[in-house]
Amino acid sequence: MKVRGWMILILGLLGLARGRGRPQRERIVEAGDPEPRAEAIVIVLLLLTALAAAGFVVAYGLGASTQVMGAALGGSLTLLAAALIVVAKRLVVSEELEEEYSGAHPDEREAVAQIVEESGSRMTRKRLLAAAAGAAGTSVGVALITPAVSLGPLFDSSPLYRTPWRAGRRLVDQHGKPMLADDIETETFYSAYPEGASKDDLGAPLVVIRLDPAALRLPPGREDWAPEGILAFSKICTHAGCAIALYRTPKFAPTQPKPALVCPCHYSTFDPAAGAQVTFGPAGRPLPQLPLMIATGRELRAAGNYSGPVGPSWSGVRSKPAS
Amino acid sequence: MRSDPIRDPLRFIDERTGAAPFLRKTLRYAFPDHWSFLLGEVALYAFIVLVATGVYLALFFEPSLADTIYTGPYAPLHGVQMSEAYRSVVDISYSVDAGLLIRQTHHWAADVFVASIVLHLLRIFFTGAFRRPRELTYLIGLVMLFTSLLEGYLGYSLVDDLLSGMGLAIGYGVALSVPVVGGDLAMLVWGGPYPGSPAFMSRMYIAHVFLLPVLLATLIGLHLALVASRHHTQFRRTPRQTERRLVGLPTFPGQAPRSLALMSAVAAVLFLLGGLVQINPIWLWGPYELALGTNGAQPDWYLGWLIGGLRLMPGFDVTIGDYTPVPNPFWGGVLFPLVVVGVLATFPWLERLATGSRGRHNLLDRPRDAPGRTAFGLAFLTWVTVVFVAGSADRATVFFGLDYESQIRVYRVLVWVLPIVVFFVARRICRGLQEAERVEETREEAEAEGRLAAR
Repeated sequence: MKVRGWMILILGLLGLARGRGRPQRERIVEAGDPEPRAEAIVIVLLLLTALAAAGFVVAYGLGASTQVMGAALGGSLTLLAAALIVVAKRLVVSEELEEEYSGAHPDEREAVAQIVEESGSRMTRKRLLAAAAGAAGTSVGVALITPAVSLGPLFDSSPLYRTPWRAGRRLVDQHGKPMLADDIETETFYSAYPEGASKDDLGAPLVVIRLDPAALRLPPGREDWAPEGILAFSKICTHAGCAIALYRTPKFAPTQPKPALVCPCHYSTFDPAAGAQVTFGPAGRPLPQLPLMIATGRELRAAGNYSGPVGPSWSGVRSKPAS
Repeated sequence: MRSDPIRDPLRFIDERTGAAPFLRKTLRYAFPDHWSFLLGEVALYAFIVLVATGVYLALFFEPSLADTIYTGPYAPLHGVQMSEAYRSVVDISYSVDAGLLIRQTHHWAADVFVASIVLHLLRIFFTGAFRRPRELTYLIGLVMLFTSLLEGYLGYSLVDDLLSGMGLAIGYGVALSVPVVGGDLAMLVWGGPYPGSPAFMSRMYIAHVFLLPVLLATLIGLHLALVASRHHTQFRRTPRQTERRLVGLPTFPGQAPRSLALMSAVAAVLFLLGGLVQINPIWLWGPYELALGTNGAQPDWYLGWLIGGLRLMPGFDVTIGDYTPVPNPFWGGVLFPLVVVGVLATFPWLERLATGSRGRHNLLDRPRDAPGRTAFGLAFLTWVTVVFVAGSADRATVFFGLDYESQIRVYRVLVWVLPIVVFFVARRICRGLQEAERVEETREEAEAEGRLAAR
């Protein structure tokens, strides 16, 4: 009687246990002790995260500064990261699992090779077939990319030689006002453009300076290119196409012995007195010089086209003159 | 039956996708632990921030070179003629609420993205993680690095401010310098002589917001799939860690909160930088005009090595008669990066040739364990770093008054001498460290024997 009572009680408890949860299985994740303090920290950090994120929304609504918005959003994410670090370090178990490195699959590989080989068993002239398939594939590929040629003028390099300068064209400043010879002073430099042409043309902008005519050592044939010592060069560096934005004048004669035109991108340095020969830096050609003349009313005009094509070098840059 | 918030959705998914075995495996995938393994993850999370902030910016940016006159709230630019592209970025910075925050975060994220990839590459290189069977993972990583350089370059070129215009002009010069086909190549890409056709903006835009990000996302997927398939490498921190067996923290619950914490931390740092630290204030540079330049033009840091390569070259074009097969920018702008890519990409096979080691490697080397590799890697890194530093010589002129031309002449020598010095010094140090460890081991063994004998 007593024994039967106990058994009923035990069975009942077991039944109760089963009703309350699922059958107990072996754990997969390692067990660990509860950490009520860490839990409290995580809860506080998460609530602070929410607060800071709400702060961002409020800051946005009030039109707050970039700094306040950045601090609120970045702050809430910082708090979130802190909460997650506490979770990682204190609230979940950090188990060490062992795993085998997986290797390759020689049998499967062999099966694949076999499938490929056996699939071709009805073909006898494999080389010829492969050649024909290759021809078809290549041609279709070429046909499909052909429309890409429309992206630019292919096999026509003539636009690279073109400039807007012609004999007689007036030099104007950036507001379109004609430049006069008497406006050009020494120890400073001017930007000039061809009258009536686009400024967005590599050949358009000039740098204009005045040097002592006696100091000029221009290449032969350019004797009359610099009337009264006024020189004009393409403003586009022959190295990589940046604008020549620096003019070094000999204010400190001992260390900087002569005037120089300098490109701020890679510091190619040109000697304007010598027809903009390269004196330092990576440029491989002098700046193209534009012959000038002083017309009626002391206006500066081009006396022809540049001494060579403008802009960075390409394979044909020395083959043809500027046009 | 009572509902179960875990099992019910799992049943739904498993019955429809059969994913339960995969999920179980994923949750118990083991991550070997080392702080340096997180560098790649930082790059991944920076990429996520880049995509999110980039999508936001694309909602406001207008990829158009059409002329407009600025009339917005930034007074110094009033009445200035500029492109719609530049105008829309000034508007993002000044008129869109939180626009500047998102724009600066995007820019910072790009800088951090590339930086973390480079650090990740250094970790992979100096621990030998690129070795068989992980060469493909490594190659994909390299492709991502160089894709992200192009992506970043296009990103700051889209803005059409003065700096982006100067960068594009240089890009054009480098394209022209490609032997034989350079002229045609540049005309094809730009649609005509620089500054090219208005469609060039659309070309940059589709590449920056679609082609390259999709390529990067695809490669990230492949990279991670390969990492998971071959499993992580590991340092030998316990004797249980061998070439055949790894020991690590499971994805769930151990690794997941750690990774999420890192993701939050990366996003937090990027938004804090974006909010508190100014980057690329384009309204100060002004709109691009062909004939304008600014002194002290510096690109984002990750292009510094290319600027340095261009600046270090002595000035000459290679000519044959009146034909110019090799214009100057080719050396620093094309050949130099090709050599860097080429050495990095072939290194796993070069090392195999040099050492004759053909085995599979799941255990990582410490740098001292492979003196040859470490010395070569440091020498190579020194080579690129000297070129990088040479690219900032003009800053040294501004800040320290050093003569620019003398600096460049010094760098032209250092760039060849320093790597050689570094090679021999690094190899000596590695061997010294190995020697010291051997001595230590011998001493410990002797002491143990001594204790045994005394007993």
